[in-house]
Amino acid sequence: MTSLAQRLEGKRVVIVAGSGGVGKTTASAALALGLAVGGARVAVVTIDPAKRLAESLGLEQLGNEPRRVQTELLQAAAPDTKMRGELWAMMLDPKATFDELMVRLSPDAQTRDEVLGNRIYRELSSAVAGTQEFSAIAKLYELHHEGGFDVLVLDTPPSRNALDFLDAPDRLTDFFEGRALKVLLTPTGIAGRLLGAGTSVVFGVLKRITGVDLLGDIAVFFRSLGGLVDGFKERAAGVKALLSDPVTTFLIVASPEREPAAEAIFFHDKLREAEMPFGGLIVNRAHVVGAELGQPEALCAELDSALGTSLANKVADSVADLQRLAARDAVSIAHLSDELDEPDPIVVPMLDGDVTDVEGLLALYRHLAGDGAARG
Amino acid sequence: MCSDLLAKRLLVVTGKGGVGKTTVAAALGLVAARAGKRTIVAEVARRSDVTSAFDREGSRPFEEVQLARELFHISIDPQDALEEYLRDQLPPGPLVDILKRSRMFGLLAAATPGMRELLTVGKLWELAQLDRRTPGADAYDLVVVDAPATGHGVAILKAPRTFAAAAGSGPVARQGTIIDATISDPAQTAVVAVARAEELAVTETALLRSALHEAVGLELERVVANALEPDRFTPREAALLESQRAHPAVARALSDHRRALRQRAQLARLRKLTGHKPARLALHAGGADLELLADELEAQLAA
Repeated sequence: MTSLAQRLEGKRVVIVAGSGGVGKTTASAALALGLAVGGARVAVVTIDPAKRLAESLGLEQLGNEPRRVQTELLQAAAPDTKMRGELWAMMLDPKATFDELMVRLSPDAQTRDEVLGNRIYRELSSAVAGTQEFSAIAKLYELHHEGGFDVLVLDTPPSRNALDFLDAPDRLTDFFEGRALKVLLTPTGIAGRLLGAGTSVVFGVLKRITGVDLLGDIAVFFRSLGGLVDGFKERAAGVKALLSDPVTTFLIVASPEREPAAEAIFFHDKLREAEMPFGGLIVNRAHVVGAELGQPEALCAELDSALGTSLANKVADSVADLQRLAARDAVSIAHLSDELDEPDPIVVPMLDGDVTDVEGLLALYRHLAGDGAARG
Repeated sequence: MCSDLLAKRLLVVTGKGGVGKTTVAAALGLVAARAGKRTIVAEVARRSDVTSAFDREGSRPFEEVQLARELFHISIDPQDALEEYLRDQLPPGPLVDILKRSRMFGLLAAATPGMRELLTVGKLWELAQLDRRTPGADAYDLVVVDAPATGHGVAILKAPRTFAAAAGSGPVARQGTIIDATISDPAQTAVVAVARAEELAVTETALLRSALHEAVGLELERVVANALEPDRFTPREAALLESQRAHPAVARALSDHRRALRQRAQLARLRKLTGHKPARLALHAGGADLELLADELEAQLAA
């Protein structure tokens, strides 16, 4: 059996991926907390607007830079646990992060103001798929290069499509390279004439379809962008390289339900295609049935005298339900294990309630780490 | 209430990721088809490699496929929508092909903020027209939209309005205005929010309510609480169980009961934050059987 420690050996960047609603944010926080307790200086980066992580860590608010989670707070919640490292956490503001990057890349104040003030730019974050994702990886890249942490844990944004995440650097680069469009947008120039009839047709149709004003905006946008495109491309290349760096690993989180499982398989395929490092599979919220519960039929008889027939039957129903769910989950987990070529997935049983505090996070970490005491 | 819902042109099903939007949209489509409405379930930006709620293997994206009596399905991809739009706007001939192949055109279409969303919503709107633009296509009584999660779902609904304002003039502005008139008309368009009785899903439903109002002035039409676990025990029974908690199966039942109590609290919160009594769908151990879910939904929506 591969322990979590072995999986993360030598890794400095852990990217936690998976579809929405499977407990990615909580798993990221638990992982970071566990590693910090173990002695590492860890920062966890989340992008979730529901501020779940902030709540679980008892932080009033997270900023756009990592903040240290108070050791006293951890100590108060779990007096038996000694925090040997440091836990830092940040709630990423994607828009502010992207703006910051633009400011840094701008060669002068005029370019900066033009870009930040442009209507197209202001719509960018909601318009171009991957902007949020790119901001997240760019922040990770920055933290990685500043070198202040032993391990960085990234809770990926809740994309519908894993490709939004993996393709983000390329997609944004494509977008920024759209400066080439500037040539098209000045058809009277020599370049426009050289590009020939096909181009002017494209241009004409675009004008007809999208409306002149919008094109004007785009032209201004790409003109002002011109000064920082090279810087951006360089950064995007660095960000992309970090995704496949040997110090990086992807943990895929799924639940046994159909859609999250399908998403996990899809993401894993894409990782393999892109030759990015897959570190392991976490199957969260699995229904697990212990043999000590007994068989529903036997339970009715066994509990009849203590509880009465009607209540004994209800208890048996509850166990029968659990058995059905556990059987369904076992099939799904076997399928996932097979598809991801991961003989030893980390299975976390459905916990009794949402994990919202440090104690819960520590319990979750014990499950993740495969600590025997936490099983069952 | 149910018939009100089915009398719309567009039913947009959205909610937090992972709550079962696709399944609920499919079940709603089935409910409408049973009621004799010619219905199409439109999945937005769905990948063809993921099994959909309906078994429709081998079909091409953007194809309107009949699944059952009065029930159809389509998967909408912005690229397909763009090509269709071009065919629609331009005289037939090589021009369309040139544009389709033009890298520049693709780039600009992708680079234009909100263009993908606009093309998607444009296709949804087209499906909902009694007089379809698609040659030879018959009209539908109802389009059920399996929309992306909350944020992107609202962005799609808002796109026509944004474009109409940004483009100022020209055909896009004109069409944006027309589409927005349908989207923001509560007589034609209704939004159904799907949630689970979990804290974060309920919170996001409340956010959806305000975002929707702000973006296009629509209110939530219905709220569906999906995948509810059984709520079996009365307070008296729970007390009796407590006395026998040493038994592992009883301890297990008590843990179910605690979850059921939390679920109740979240359902109450959902009701309070949305102003709707949620329709309730049970968690199905064997995976959701659509016919069964449609039965449940029918009963709940009529209630």
